[in-house]
Order: sequence, then structure tokens, then C-alpha cells
Amino acid sequence: MSHVRVLVGTRKGAFILSSDGKREKWEVSGPDFAGWEVYHMKGSPADPNRIYASQTSGWFGQIIQRSDDGGKTWHQPGTPPGEPTTTPQGLPKGESNKFVYDTSAETGKPLTTHQWYDGTQHPWEFKRVWHVEPSLTDPDTAYSGVEDAALFRTTDGGKNWKELSGLRGHGTGPQWQPGAGGMCLHTIILDPSNPRRIWIAISAAGAFRTDDGGKTWKPINKGLRSQYIPNPEAEIGHCVHHVAMNAKRPGVLFMQKHWDVMRSDDAGDNWKEVSGNLPTDFGFVIDAHTHEPETIYVIPIKSDSEHYVHGGKLTVYRSRSGGNEWQALTKGLPQKDCYVSVLRDAMAVDSLDKCGIYFGTTGGQVYCSADAGDSWNPIVRDLPGVLSVEVQTLA
Amino acid sequence: MIRLVLPYHLRNLAHVGTEVILEVEGPITQRSVLDALEARYPMLRGTIRDHGTLQRRPFLRFFACEQDLSNEPPDAPLPEPVASGKEPFIVIGAIAGG
Repeated sequence: MSHVRVLVGTRKGAFILSSDGKREKWEVSGPDFAGWEVYHMKGSPADPNRIYASQTSGWFGQIIQRSDDGGKTWHQPGTPPGEPTTTPQGLPKGESNKFVYDTSAETGKPLTTHQWYDGTQHPWEFKRVWHVEPSLTDPDTAYSGVEDAALFRTTDGGKNWKELSGLRGHGTGPQWQPGAGGMCLHTIILDPSNPRRIWIAISAAGAFRTDDGGKTWKPINKGLRSQYIPNPEAEIGHCVHHVAMNAKRPGVLFMQKHWDVMRSDDAGDNWKEVSGNLPTDFGFVIDAHTHEPETIYVIPIKSDSEHYVHGGKLTVYRSRSGGNEWQALTKGLPQKDCYVSVLRDAMAVDSLDKCGIYFGTTGGQVYCSADAGDSWNPIVRDLPGVLSVEVQTLA
Repeated sequence: MIRLVLPYHLRNLAHVGTEVILEVEGPITQRSVLDALEARYPMLRGTIRDHGTLQRRPFLRFFACEQDLSNEPPDAPLPEPVASGKEPFIVIGAIAGG
């Protein structure tokens, strides 16, 4: 019988929630990396036992952890303890937490600064990994989205990371500016039908796409409108919060922007607003049903000044028409005195039938719906604030 | 023999107890002690000093012999009691709530 493994990153460690296909009874394990912020964990589609985790701290910086046994044990990829950190030739061995921006003369030289809050140019400074996206086909290959915004790739299971500097170097990089949460690359979508195509999104620069495996990139923000930048329809500068795609229909994208829920039917070349009847179209998460390409989910947040759910009621909104017409889903969710938020990477869907939907809140609750959103149950109620939720559907 | 005390989270990363014993060749300085620590425990690279600049991370301090040595030059000799192993070199995290 199928079962599910929910990977939860929180402000104080990582938790793994496991259940069978009924998704009624749960086992909770953790915290792993106790006391550290775990921004994201994600399993490899090619090997479900391979899981990558981003463990980070304001004191001690970035750590990449890897599990090869489905989260039972973890290690930092790279040099084993006690072994020299350099080869006999003096070359450095793997350093799994070393994210160094490309400043080479060939590809990285112009990429030394971006726009700062005061309009001056500011050097790119690595802070943390927000999102790890394992390859669809190779467990040893994964992409990391980092703050300050850049995309890195490992091809050796996380031992070494190399920047795909064409993203920062495509031309608009010096105009990128951090949002209040930092200048983070938080969304990475790999195209299952075209291994050379990747979408990414950055707060507050916008969405970008490569069609040549990461060598060259272009902004894909046509149709976005953001009142908080001087030119509301500028090529870049939009605070994209998250982008989702149904893997069975590559190229149709759904976006939760700072304000506005958007949709693209041409791989991001053009966007149109589909906020429709939502009570507020501010929010962070958006996700797509695994089996129904036109079914999508958002959790509206009251506003950019009040980061909690609308009206004190925790409500998931589902559209079965790809946007515009939204249905409030409340069964099992608190409908009074609730003032939590749901962060951008804290929603996930499984691939069971019926599709399971999961999300975690800043109040430490993780909810599951085993019926595509019709009803909800808390898996856990009292974890640290949830930063990310991913789910693996296992045979 | 150099004695070195790590903060809780770094002890967990390195799978060591409160105090680490290191053999350090040559002059005993912040740099030589941390180089030896990172060579023995490579998982700590980047957690005390920045990978690229080797600057101390902002929220960590270096104490020894009841002195704050955080802002001393990395190649300055450490106090004799540290060099002789009588006193530990202490890496400590800045206090913060939350």
C-alpha cells in the first residue's frame, strides 16, 4: 500500500510526518537539526530515500544535509571527518556548504553588485539556501536557490555547488533589489518534458526562465502589475512569492505574487490575473492539484501590512477553473481567533488518489486534507513556526 | 596540545564533546588553531569563519584567559596558557533570544 512522508522545515529543526495512504494516523519524528532553522527539505524523485535539507543559522551560516535512507540518518556531504580537506595536489575536496558566487572573468565579472535599499549598488553576499530542488532523474544532481539571489547546482550529491551565473549575468541583475524578507531565490521548477527548461522566481526581482539548461536566462514578467515599483509593469522588480505547475501540463504556470494571483499559458511569456472572487489576493503559497490540471490552491493573507489569514479564519481557497472562480474550504480549519500565516514553501500535494494537500503555518500546525481540500485535519499542532512543507508519495 | 571549546550546535555538527584537543604545529594563533580544527573536522568549515574571506562570523566570539580576543589579528600569538594547553581557546555564540 502506498504511504506518504511529509518533510517539514521549521524555525527550530526538521520533522518528518509519516502515514499510510489513508492519511489518518501519523507518526512524527524529529526534531532533526534541533535548534537550527530548516528552510527546506526535499526528496529526489529519482530516489525517494535521497533527501536534501537546508539547515541554516544566523550564527553558524549554511549547512547542507543529506539523507540516503529516507530521513533516518543524515550527514553533510563532502569530506569525511578526519580526512584532509585537500587532495594530495592541494586542491580542495568537497565542501557542501560552500556557496561562492562566480566572479570569474569569463562569466562572473560584471555580477558583483545589485541594487540596495537606498538605491546604491551593494555586493552580492551569500546568506542561506531557501530552496533545494532535486533533479527529476539523477539523485546526485540538485539545484539550490539562495539569498542573495542566485542559482547553484550540484552534480555530486551536494559535495560541491557551482553557480549557474547566467541568471545573475543576463543583464538585469544589477537592478535587482531585496524585498523585506531578503533577496531570495525561492522557487525552482524543472520541466519534466524538457530537461533544458527551468523556471525560477526571486523576491523582489520576478520570474525568469532558461531554455538551455541554465546557460542563458530571460525575465518572464509580462502582464505582472505591481504598484510598489515606479513603473508598475516593469520588466523586473516584481515581488513574486511563489510559482506552481502541474507536472502533467508543463508550461501552464500559476503564481502568487505579493498581491495578485496570476496565470500563464505560455510558459511564463505572458501572465494574466486570476484573483477573481478571492477575499484578498495577497498571499505566499500556491499549489496545483496533481491530477486535475485546472485545480489550484491558495491561502489568502490579509495584506502586506497584516501577515495573517483573512478575518481570523484559516481558509484554503480552491479553484477548479484555473483561477477566477474560487471556493472557500474551511471544514476542519479554525474559523475564529486564528492569526497565523502560511509561508511560500509551506504547501505541498501528494500524488495519491484522492490528491492529498498539506500546509504548515507560522503557528506550528501542519494540516492535511486527504480529499483534495474538502476537509482538513491537523497532523501536528505545536511545532515551531513552519517554513516549508514537502511530501513524498511512496510505493 | 591545544584545548578548544565549541558552542553547542558546532559540537553537534562535529560529533564531539565539550572540549576538543588539537595538535597544532608552528606558532599558536587564531588562524593556526582554526585551520587545525577545520582540517580535523571539515564539517565545521564555513561555520566559524566565512569560506571566502576567512573572517570570523559576526555572531561568534573568541575568548581565552578571560579576555575577548575576537578582534585580535588572526596571526597574533594566542596567550601562553592557551599555547601550553593550560587554558582552552573558546568559540562562543553571541547571546540572542528567540
